[in-house]
Amino acid sequence: MLTAEIHVTLKDLVLDPQGTTLKRSMETMGYKGVEDVRMGKFIQVKFDSSDRKAVEERVKEMCQKILSNPVIEQFSYTIAEDK
Amino acid sequence: MRFAVITFPGSNCDYDCYRAVKDHLQCPVDYIWHREHSLKECDCVILPGGFSYGDYLRTGAIARFSPIMQEVMAFAEKGGPVIGICNGFQILLESGLLPGAMLVNRSLQFICKTIYLKTENNKLPFTNKLSKGQVVRIPIAHKEGNYYADQATIKELEDNGQVVFRYCDAEGSIKESANPNGSINNIAGITNKRGNVLGMMPHPERAMESLLGSADGALVFDSIKNYLSVR
Repeated sequence: MLTAEIHVTLKDLVLDPQGTTLKRSMETMGYKGVEDVRMGKFIQVKFDSSDRKAVEERVKEMCQKILSNPVIEQFSYTIAEDK
Repeated sequence: MRFAVITFPGSNCDYDCYRAVKDHLQCPVDYIWHREHSLKECDCVILPGGFSYGDYLRTGAIARFSPIMQEVMAFAEKGGPVIGICNGFQILLESGLLPGAMLVNRSLQFICKTIYLKTENNKLPFTNKLSKGQVVRIPIAHKEGNYYADQATIKELEDNGQVVFRYCDAEGSIKESANPNGSINNIAGITNKRGNVLGMMPHPERAMESLLGSADGALVFDSIKNYLSVR
């Protein structure tokens, strides 16, 4: 059985108000050398299949159709055997 | 002349919209549950505000796949007037009926207050009772109203007069200080190229009576009625 681990993040060109606020907060706390903070989503999808190619196709389609908004977001994923 | 108010799980401005049509416009109106597959005999669709599907994933992202949205898209494609208010606007963006997307407000806060809007385009089914440049007072209530689109899209919106409302001050100046959420070019409402789909973050249905602070929102509803009666 396969599990997809998907990361959805704002595109680099899109300002990330949450990341910016976190960065400021970290600096206030005294953490030095934080160059940039970007926030995103982590989504785990389990499949009842071991057909890697078919699963990957579905994951890609899901990312494009619903899990990310291509106007502002980008996605990446890994697919691995269930532990 | 019949109106449809689409209700999603988590919509909470549906009753205000219903009341604006029924009591103010004195027109027949139906609630349409998101699982339905027909808009019945409607002449205008209203996508109300709220938190459809709890704003899970992204605002409007899941509502956009509700069965009734297929009908709303077909209705819009035929030229039928569709207005999306607040969460309704977010659903229109997710469905691709309008370009762009919403980011979290610059302040990261949910902002609920009455603001000023400048009317930039009064040639639409939704704005024909307003004059160009008219400043109206209408409340906003959202956390994701920071409108974003890439530069090419913004240019196209501006060049085609698709920016309908902009956040401004009481005198009508478009200033950064009058921008509540960080929206590009102070954009508060846009239309599609054809002009039959309007998305706006402010809530006209909450500004229907001066007793409750402002009656300026009634102009939007009056415009729709006027458009439908003369077309």
